[in-house]
Amino acid sequence: MRRYSAFAIAREGARYHTGWERAWRSPKPKKKYDVVIVGAGGHGLATAFYLGKNFGITNVAIIEKGWLGGGNTGRNTTIIRSNYLQDPSAAIYEKARSLYETMSQDLNYNVMFSPRGVMMLAQTHHEVRGYQRTAHANALQGVSTEFISPQRVKELVPIMDINGPRYPVLGALWQPRGGTARHDAVAWGYARACSDMGMDIIQKCEVTGVNQAGGKVTGVQTTLGEIGCDKLAIVVAGNSGDLAGKAGFRLPMESVALQALVSEPIKPTIDVVVMANTVHGYMSQSDKGELVIGGGTDGFNNYTQRGSFHHVEETVRALVETFPIISRLRMMRQWGGIVDVTGDRSPVISKTPLGNTFINAGWGTGGFKSIPGSGWAMAELVAKGEPGPLAAEFGLDRFREGRFIDESVAAGVAH
Amino acid sequence: MSTRLAQGGRLIDRSKAMEFTFNGKRMTGYAGDTLAAALLGAGQTLVGRSFKYHRPRGILASGSEEPNALVHLGEGARFEPDQRVTTTELFDGLTCTSQNHWPSLEFDVGAINNKFSRFLTAGFYYKTFMFPRVAWEKLFEPIVRQSAGLGQVPKERDADRYEHFYAHVDVLVVGGGVAGLAAARSAASTGAKVLLIEQTNHWGGRAVVDGGEIDGMPVEGWVNKAVEELENMANVTIRTRIMGAGVYDHGYATGYERVADHTPGDGRPRHRLWRIRAKQIVTATGAIERPLSFAGNDIPGVMLAGALRDYIVNWGVSAGDRVVVVTNNDDAYRTALAVKAAGLNVPMILDARAEAGGPLADAAREAGIRVEAGKGIAKVHGGKKVTGVSVCAQAGEGASLEEIKCDAVAMSGGWSPVVHLWSHCGGKLIWDVEQAHFRPDPDRAPTSHDGAAFVVTAGSATGALSLADVMADAHAAGKVAGKAAGGKTSSKAAPEVAPETMQPIEPVWVMPQGAGPDKRMKMWLDFQNDVKVSDVQLAAREGYESVEHTKRYTTLGMANDQGKLSNINGLAILSDALSQEIPATGTTTFRPPYNPISFGAIAGEARGELFQPVRQTPMHAWHAEAGAYFEPVGHWYRPYCYPKSGETHEQAVNREVLNTRENLGLLDASTLGKLVVKGPDAGKFLDMMYTNMMSNLAVGKCRYGLMCSENGFLSDDGVVARIDEDTWLCHTTSGGADRIHAWMEDWLQCEWWDWNVYVANVTEQLAQVAVVGPNARKVLEKLNDQAGGGMDLSAEALPFMQWRDGKIGNFDARAYRISFSGELSYEIAVPASQGRAFWDALLDAGGEFGVMPYGTECLHIMRAEKGFIMIGDETDGTVIPQDLGLNWAISKKKEDFMGKRAQSRSHMTDPDRWKLVGLETLDGSVIPDGAYAVGEGVNANGQKNVIGRVTSTYYSPTLKKGIAMGLVKHGPDRMGEVIGFPTVDGSNTVVKAKIVSPVFYDPEGEKQNV
Ligand SMILES: Cc1cc2nc3c(=O)[nH]c(=O)nc-3n(C[C@H](O)[C@H](O)[C@H](O)COP(=O)(O)OP(=O)(O)OC[C@H]3O[C@@H](n4cnc5c(N)ncnc54)[C@H](O)[C@@H]3O)c2cc1C
Repeated sequence: MRRYSAFAIAREGARYHTGWERAWRSPKPKKKYDVVIVGAGGHGLATAFYLGKNFGITNVAIIEKGWLGGGNTGRNTTIIRSNYLQDPSAAIYEKARSLYETMSQDLNYNVMFSPRGVMMLAQTHHEVRGYQRTAHANALQGVSTEFISPQRVKELVPIMDINGPRYPVLGALWQPRGGTARHDAVAWGYARACSDMGMDIIQKCEVTGVNQAGGKVTGVQTTLGEIGCDKLAIVVAGNSGDLAGKAGFRLPMESVALQALVSEPIKPTIDVVVMANTVHGYMSQSDKGELVIGGGTDGFNNYTQRGSFHHVEETVRALVETFPIISRLRMMRQWGGIVDVTGDRSPVISKTPLGNTFINAGWGTGGFKSIPGSGWAMAELVAKGEPGPLAAEFGLDRFREGRFIDESVAAGVAH
Repeated sequence: MSTRLAQGGRLIDRSKAMEFTFNGKRMTGYAGDTLAAALLGAGQTLVGRSFKYHRPRGILASGSEEPNALVHLGEGARFEPDQRVTTTELFDGLTCTSQNHWPSLEFDVGAINNKFSRFLTAGFYYKTFMFPRVAWEKLFEPIVRQSAGLGQVPKERDADRYEHFYAHVDVLVVGGGVAGLAAARSAASTGAKVLLIEQTNHWGGRAVVDGGEIDGMPVEGWVNKAVEELENMANVTIRTRIMGAGVYDHGYATGYERVADHTPGDGRPRHRLWRIRAKQIVTATGAIERPLSFAGNDIPGVMLAGALRDYIVNWGVSAGDRVVVVTNNDDAYRTALAVKAAGLNVPMILDARAEAGGPLADAAREAGIRVEAGKGIAKVHGGKKVTGVSVCAQAGEGASLEEIKCDAVAMSGGWSPVVHLWSHCGGKLIWDVEQAHFRPDPDRAPTSHDGAAFVVTAGSATGALSLADVMADAHAAGKVAGKAAGGKTSSKAAPEVAPETMQPIEPVWVMPQGAGPDKRMKMWLDFQNDVKVSDVQLAAREGYESVEHTKRYTTLGMANDQGKLSNINGLAILSDALSQEIPATGTTTFRPPYNPISFGAIAGEARGELFQPVRQTPMHAWHAEAGAYFEPVGHWYRPYCYPKSGETHEQAVNREVLNTRENLGLLDASTLGKLVVKGPDAGKFLDMMYTNMMSNLAVGKCRYGLMCSENGFLSDDGVVARIDEDTWLCHTTSGGADRIHAWMEDWLQCEWWDWNVYVANVTEQLAQVAVVGPNARKVLEKLNDQAGGGMDLSAEALPFMQWRDGKIGNFDARAYRISFSGELSYEIAVPASQGRAFWDALLDAGGEFGVMPYGTECLHIMRAEKGFIMIGDETDGTVIPQDLGLNWAISKKKEDFMGKRAQSRSHMTDPDRWKLVGLETLDGSVIPDGAYAVGEGVNANGQKNVIGRVTSTYYSPTLKKGIAMGLVKHGPDRMGEVIGFPTVDGSNTVVKAKIVSPVFYDPEGEKQNV
């Protein structure tokens, strides 16, 4: 792989950029791989990356029905934080967050990780107590957060109306090293690194069936023919239920549309990520200048990857109330993605009823932030056949045992 | 130089001059102008700077597709950035300034980027800014952010208001050009209820500019007649200034009405969001012209041919005196003819097609215009404005054949139907090879719940380009829609238009064909975001082959216009680079809104106090007058406490607690959820909903009940009263009333629909007051003494956990002997209409007994002193009743209830679960809210092991020390043990607390049972 640098840009600029290599190859599938990963979203690609990097397993195919990064990885609002309440969540999200800190250098691809700080507003006394609890938990989990005063909130976000008549701001949970990253770049950076390790990323190839013999996976059927494998990793977010069905088991998950929207680009006006759960909306500003806005999920299951208007209305209303100056700005684009939601709002990184088949799913509305940590943990599970400490609590058996990792406790909107 | 022509301009009123300013410069336009027309009329061709290279930008289009000419509009509380001048109606006193430059529009330091554009290609930022690591966050990102963005940010709260409108129609027609008018007429002729909306302030669209005849009349005459006809039909509503913004599932559409953008401050709402439910939607949204890709096509003065014609015909404004026309289709000849007719010069028409024949070319030649076939532009000369072009052969590499001086270039790369609204909800497209554009595929329309199509296209939006085809198509579309929406068959005849002969378009994606890399680096695709032909080619070379990858890597089509001008050209370049057909590349997704719509309009009236519904109890006004400090609980406002002057909230709360324990307190408990559950199967139903038995509760008695989710977690609690044989009244928490009501309905409607049970939420029908304290009975008896109420409130007549109906004083009351404070307590419900009077009467009568109202915080403290749990404090969705020592409230006899199976799962019966205990700090301090108790060592992930947490923690004014409840591992077996709670206030201290019984106050219950 030819490295990217300012120097390389200067060199290429001099010759009309004719010397740049492909960021990743587009190979024909081989007959068989050691590991087949279904889904070239962030989680699938990160799984592949750490299979190679941590375990030296590189005879890997990542099969994608559309274009890599085109699922939720390319649709989300890119909030990265690890101020989760429950221990297992904080562990994996903080692992992920810390890997984001060096991702650009690790991948030699600028993913623009921007630890600008994430703020979760408390607007009821109940929320104040909830976030104080999270702050206590985080301190013991090694996650750096702080409960801050309304005055400090105002200093960090001058455009916020902290004295709104309906829900005055009573404080906030503040994670100074949370932030955002460029979502496409995360997928592209991993894809480039995986391709460089000799892995095959096969796009426009849909997995249509799972082959098995003696209770173990033997390969997958795809729109480009059969592809054999020793191990199978299913990492398809909103399509998890469908894929699990093909592999012969069911999941305690629902697929629902989650929407986001952006404003027209404006000069910098908000430097941190603000999440307001009582009024139900959150906002940050992209480096390009758009206000990036999101809220809750639609109230019905579907696969359409588009949303309804009423949710946009609810979200925008909340944010106009919180940031009155945005009233005269305009919504430029709204879109939706299909997120995979479990009963306890926590993910699944697990063995499955089918031998040598593993699943990573259920990240729901908040799995962009976890991509590197999830890939790390999933690679370990696939390579060793047993989960390591990061994934240990996220097995499917928890639903049978009632051992939930409930994050809705802490926050209504979990991105 | 652009200027106002001496004559012409069908939309302007030259008798009404209007003053406005641009960058502080005073200018004049006319009523009927768009800001774009007025600027051009005043000679202003340079209006902004591009996003990345800060290149000079002029006006390119005449409609909402404009990517360049965005300005800051207005001032102060009416300031807004990124306003398109092409869609801004001029008004007297308008002020605007240009964007994205420093120090000035003419001299912009940021244009240095232009010099480095060779290095700042697509995606360059993914390849650099990585070293050293902190540089991105500390140095580069702030620079990138500062130089990106376009307009400035409003500083003040918006002075305007907004509203929502609801419309239910059979047929919604979007677009008021001739196609929309024809479709509305034919749809209306089926008897359907029709709404026709047009985004501009005038009817007729492009056809009026293009000329021709309909039904033997000039187009304008036909338009006027059609409008009049529609206005007079009872089943038709027509409105201008409303843009079709989005199409959603099931015929839901949004319209964006700019009510008062052109009359700021006149008191009307500025925007109105229309929420339209239509059985059928006809999109008559026209077509958008495509630019051509030649070197320097972004220099101010280069304009879309159709737009240049619009300015002449509609507003009497010329973009230049010498206009070179460059095209690959017939339509641009009309522009050449219009320029000529306005008395201006057209030095040459460059027609990239091999031959330039047909009636329009003939007409141009007849008008004395030089027409060159097979030719194109090698390069546009000029910096901040066009000074000339080099002519070349389209087939070659761009060797200059001739230099021509000119001050404007009109370009046309063909027309693309506006397919946005069609596509929003899943309509698919096909590539039309002959016309070189994507058009809606009528066989793959958006479908509704019944699988039937609910969007039809009409006119140019279908792909019809000649007037005859447009009218025939639109007329048919209106009929189809009317019929599909339930109308009758109509025999109305289609408007008549004579067919015309047009020469076919020849697609031209790069001009000239063989342009080398230096030229391709100067061919703009996305004018605002500075994406050039070379950028798309680079993306393809680097493997960003999906059209979505290319878009995201290059930012093509991601600007304010969302690629209205750039998308098709871009994907044609991409297809060529990948050696594949255009349909194999496909388009990116069209998303709502069609053009940006204001957040204000989306939020509507829901602001400030009205942001969310406010629920107030009948006594609310009294609380407010008494100076209560309120807290939001659900949609309610409840008094948190009633501070007297000079008192802190804490002092007020302590006073309220002590007074209630010693004398008499009143709590407005009206917010408490009250659900009437009635019917022959009500008992059976409640036995399923609650963990304890409710069916065997005797009439006249109360029982405290718990509700769990299917997963066994405690979700709500409250006192249930049996009213009569088949009626129960269930109290829920204040925040839980609606949720629990919905939960009950969910089960009744989806699972047990055959059970005869009816649930009514009567929360707001009743005002409820908790009369609490040693003097509670006295005050109520005094009311009876005063006004002769009949209810016997003695301990014998109304024992603890029973209720009675009757008169207390003058009031129709239901009194419950229940207590959440540990004191003698009556909760008394009266009809909501009597609530305030009852409250006042209690205060009056209570004077001698030391009456004082108390708020929610006092309530919390008193219940904590008694060890009563609170939903939301002791519970958080992960706690089961067994954790809280509430086993006594879980029936062992019932075969089933919600949560029963779940509570038998292995993790639920795990002896290591944390259990409820009381906590008493060793030093009397208050444990911080949310604190955790730490154990030994760390877990496998390096996190400190925890053994418990505090759930409620208060200073107890009664006991004069900190008290708390908490969940602790093996807690009930560890009474007397001391555990530590580290603080996070930076003091690095650990609060030590002893595990005790959670009942701190009156453990025997002597006070409440008197
Ligand atoms: C609007 C929105 C906002 C969000 N905001 C945030 C946020 O701010 N912060 C945050 O942390 N998270 C956020 N999320 C969640 C986050 O985007 C997801 O959790 C995360 O991207 C999931 O990544 P993934 O790799 O698991 O899934 P995806 O990126 O969806 O990848 C799954 C891939 O599998 C492919 N696939 C599916 N079926 C098949 C098949 N049969 N054969 C082959 N391939 C298949 C899909 O095409 C897709 O590319 C948001 C999500 C949405 C929709």
